[in-house]
Amino acid sequence: MSQYPVNPEFVAPGKLSDNERLKAESDHLRGTITSDLQNEITGGFTGDNFMLIRFHGMYQQDDRDIRAERAAQKLEPLHNVMLRARMPGGIITPTQWLAIDKFAAEHTLYGSIRLTTRQTFQFHGVLKPNIKPIHQLLNSIGIDSIATAGDVNRNVLCTSNPVESELHQQAYQWAIKISEHLLPKTRAYAEIWLDGEKVETTETEPVLGDTYLPRKFKTTVVIPPHNDVDVHANDLNFVAIAEHGKLIGFNVLVGGGLAMTFGDTSTYPRRAEELGFISLEHVLKVAEHVVTVQRDYGDRVNRKNAKTKYTIDRIGVDNFRSEVEKRVGVAFEPVRPYAFTSRGDRFGWVEGIDGKHHLTLFIENGRVLDFPGKPLKTGLAEIAKIHQGDLRMTANQNLIIAGVPLEQKAQIEQLARQYGLLDDNHSEQRKNSMACVSFPTCPLAMAEAERYLPELVTKVEGLLSKNGVADDHIVLRVTGCPNGCGRAMLAEVGLVGRAPGKYNVYLGGNKVGTRIPKLFLDNVAEAEILAQLDQLIGRWATERQAGEDFGDFVIRSGVVAEVKVSKTDFHA
Amino acid sequence: MLLSSLVAQASPLSEQQVKQLQGLVSQLNPIQQAWVSGYLAASAQLAGQSVAVAPSAVAAPAATLTVLYGSQTGNAKHVAEDLGKAASGKGFTVKVQDLAEYKAANLKNERFLVIVTSTYGEGEPPENAISFYNFLFSKKAPQLPELRYAVLGLGDTSYEFFCKTAQDFDQRLAELGGKAIIARADLDVDYGTAAANWQQQLITTLEPEFAQAPASTADVISWPGVSQTAAAQSSYSKQQPFSAELYTNQKITGRDSSKDVRHIEISLAGSGLRYQPGDALGVYFSNDPQLVKELLLLTGIAANTPVLLGTERLTISDALTEQLELTQSYPAFVDKYAKASGSEVLQALVADKTALRSYLSERQIIDIVREHPALISAQQLVDALRKQQPRLYSIASSQAEVEDEVHLTVGVVRYQAYGKPHLGGASGFLAERLAEGGSIKVFVETNNNFRLPENDDTPVIMIGPGTGIAPFRAFLQERDARAASGKNWLFFGNPHFTQDFLYQVELQNYLKQGLLTRLDVAFSRDTAEKVYVQHKLLKHGAEVWQWLEQGAHLYICGDGARMAKDVHQALLTIVQQQGGKDEKAAQQYLDQLRIAKRYQKDVY
Repeated sequence: MSQYPVNPEFVAPGKLSDNERLKAESDHLRGTITSDLQNEITGGFTGDNFMLIRFHGMYQQDDRDIRAERAAQKLEPLHNVMLRARMPGGIITPTQWLAIDKFAAEHTLYGSIRLTTRQTFQFHGVLKPNIKPIHQLLNSIGIDSIATAGDVNRNVLCTSNPVESELHQQAYQWAIKISEHLLPKTRAYAEIWLDGEKVETTETEPVLGDTYLPRKFKTTVVIPPHNDVDVHANDLNFVAIAEHGKLIGFNVLVGGGLAMTFGDTSTYPRRAEELGFISLEHVLKVAEHVVTVQRDYGDRVNRKNAKTKYTIDRIGVDNFRSEVEKRVGVAFEPVRPYAFTSRGDRFGWVEGIDGKHHLTLFIENGRVLDFPGKPLKTGLAEIAKIHQGDLRMTANQNLIIAGVPLEQKAQIEQLARQYGLLDDNHSEQRKNSMACVSFPTCPLAMAEAERYLPELVTKVEGLLSKNGVADDHIVLRVTGCPNGCGRAMLAEVGLVGRAPGKYNVYLGGNKVGTRIPKLFLDNVAEAEILAQLDQLIGRWATERQAGEDFGDFVIRSGVVAEVKVSKTDFHA
Repeated sequence: MLLSSLVAQASPLSEQQVKQLQGLVSQLNPIQQAWVSGYLAASAQLAGQSVAVAPSAVAAPAATLTVLYGSQTGNAKHVAEDLGKAASGKGFTVKVQDLAEYKAANLKNERFLVIVTSTYGEGEPPENAISFYNFLFSKKAPQLPELRYAVLGLGDTSYEFFCKTAQDFDQRLAELGGKAIIARADLDVDYGTAAANWQQQLITTLEPEFAQAPASTADVISWPGVSQTAAAQSSYSKQQPFSAELYTNQKITGRDSSKDVRHIEISLAGSGLRYQPGDALGVYFSNDPQLVKELLLLTGIAANTPVLLGTERLTISDALTEQLELTQSYPAFVDKYAKASGSEVLQALVADKTALRSYLSERQIIDIVREHPALISAQQLVDALRKQQPRLYSIASSQAEVEDEVHLTVGVVRYQAYGKPHLGGASGFLAERLAEGGSIKVFVETNNNFRLPENDDTPVIMIGPGTGIAPFRAFLQERDARAASGKNWLFFGNPHFTQDFLYQVELQNYLKQGLLTRLDVAFSRDTAEKVYVQHKLLKHGAEVWQWLEQGAHLYICGDGARMAKDVHQALLTIVQQQGGKDEKAAQQYLDQLRIAKRYQKDVY
């Protein structure tokens, strides 16, 4: 199948999973989606199409809050789709913003725009009759949702760094190029959603392959020392190396990923590791062949072990590297020195070296909606109406009003304050806390995340205050299931949903996101979590060394053991 | 009487027979016992008839009283049957028949003819009377110089075309040369006493004629189309409803729906009541105690004031709660209340029929009293109100599936008007006031004009938007239980897909399992341009025509004022376009379907 020689020893043996059949039979991701769109009897998608629409950037979901109620009403679940846009680097123009703002208000069940950890936006609650119109609207403003889900390379992240504006601009262009280079080549998206003409061609997928990748694949471009994109949550990372403010190449890191399955110790969150340095002319080829190596050697038998991180642990990073090198025809150079020193967003105004001003807004949970007394969505629309620069979604679910000329600063700030987008009362703790979407829309959710986070943060603020460390913060993340969207497995305190009201608590990640935390409490409720945290924060407040972060303290003091090598340490 | 205490001396059975009967009954569960009792009652009745009919067959020239009924909800049918029984009790030879079953060619041979008919919608004949009505008003109608006839109209004075069909029949029969036996009576919703009086007058007038005829022991002759099933197998009836238990009251529209539709499950256990898909369930209800309280407050009447209702003495509170009509308004109330209260405004309104109708169309009784509160006596109030009429709901289940349950699909009448919430009488009772486990008085109303084809291979097309889906749920359950091989095509519509897709999951399963061959839906408020079931019919006109040509039966249930007419129009268009017929031929085609019982409606 592969255009490259494949070493059979590195291929996982066994019967291919059903997803492999599904992809093979999908006619390059078309399936029978078109006929499902015409089916007026159900709001959902049937058979394989349920999975295939993911490759087009949508998940079938339903309002889980009313699932039982509707079953009693003899009505099917309130099926709808979540649509995730492809926005490499997260930059969106004010014109585009106003268009999606209007669509969200008029044609989605929740009326919101959700900024996500994949540095893009999601619509939640799009009913079937509105699906084609939204794709067509997005297309008309130059946005698509191709391959933002499914077994493909998903939206490519890029560090939001408005200060070093030139370097950011170069890195951002690479994010776009990589995204486009790794896109599926099938015309299915255009045919199905944009009524594109059906062209008789023998389609092939030279990069992704006709059965696409074994599992989802995530890529970032990161500009150290800022690790806002969380490289260790991603399969493939390009770490920007600059000389005199000019980009000269990238260190390549592969095999990060946070998802796991409860009760299956063959699954674990894992850090990315280094392949080496490459210069700019090899970037696209390296990206392509990290993908093709994972395509050819990733486990297509057991989806739980299908991600790049398991491929590397199975065949060894040296074999992985040499396969990539063979295919690219270039050897990796030794990694250039780099370091990460921060991860959170820099809130408030900063001035870029280009003299433009940039305002980073804290958007709690990334949920852009008009809340009572806080009409965030209207406020952003008002800003978008006058803003001359662009808007940048961050991997931390926040938003940057970027490229504001000095003379407009005051007006933008006034609007931001008027609509509750700028609030000086948000604590550092709140601004460094994060949650995935979870209930009521996410079908995978086991416990609340987004809806629970605000009150949990308030309680943790209380604990910090009670223990006399109110000005400090702990990177706190809540995710509704172990699949990783909330990146709890790179937090100092990570909560992962087990059941309604019950979480696993993981401790020991660090501030910059280079350490995987370890299980501390198994399947516990809030009271237990808070009681334990109270005690630990108390100890941290009194016993910590100068400037010692909470995550480092719990490791040093032996509360949890450090996870150095996930495969051996995480479940130990 | 319990069988265990049954002794030979007290019964017409021999000791041996009693033993055998006790032996058999001891093996039966209560449902089986009820069935056996119904079975025996029915066979006894049939046996009696065959004995009775035989002599009349030899007594050739006996005068026959033919009683025909045009009935939408079963009232005219009941009155006709009562009349038949009373007349045969006097020794008349009587034939009672559904107008839909009546061979119009026989009309010229009739000497004594009674027509009991309701009127439908805007003055049209009820569904089962249309063919006969058209015949009577056509050129084919024979001169009827020998005919003596009587017409009884049943209606509702709150409608503009009150008893129009009865008036039409009366006028036309006279035109054709018929002579009225007694004057036509046009009766309002509470027709009971007046109908009995009219019947008495008719029989008295005819007695000399029939006395001259040879004495006959004839009973009411059973004719095809007159179903015995429900009546024969259970002692419960409209007059003696069964106190049934409410099993389930489940809202089946979504939380954001503008409609509140309930799926109701009622237990008929122990009643012996049987029904067929297409039948309706009659429901009596208690009025809202709050409504009664307010009415008494507005009229200054103490709740325990005794009143006379017919011959029954009871408190006004009980009369209002259990026996009188408090939700649906009607002209007679305004008239009587205007007089009792002395309201000049209302009296003026009574004089202006058009204004009165539009006034009533938006008001319940309580609204009228709220607008014109007056201190009147308890008896005056009672006398102004009419007796509560049971509400009929098309049954949404088949006993082949649900056994001794009966299911309904009830649209709750609930709206805000004049600053106050309003609730329908029966639907409010079922949806809000009757707790699950509570009891409700019900009876089965047979409807032989809405029946699945006898041949299970025959395809059916069912058009049932809104709560009109109810009988089709029964049809589908029945076809499923019978493993009927005929194709089934359902058209359904409502405002919103996500909120108002009644029985969505059940229908999806029927589609998956193949019982439903096709399901086409129209959700009118989901698109900029409103789409209704008739549009879906037109869209699939070629296939509809194909099905009809394959012998499909066609059913419409639901709103009669607009939907049924629009659907009929769509069908006419389809027959014209697909069948290459002109308008007249298309109309004839549909008429033929109706006559062949292949085009049936249950509309309200």
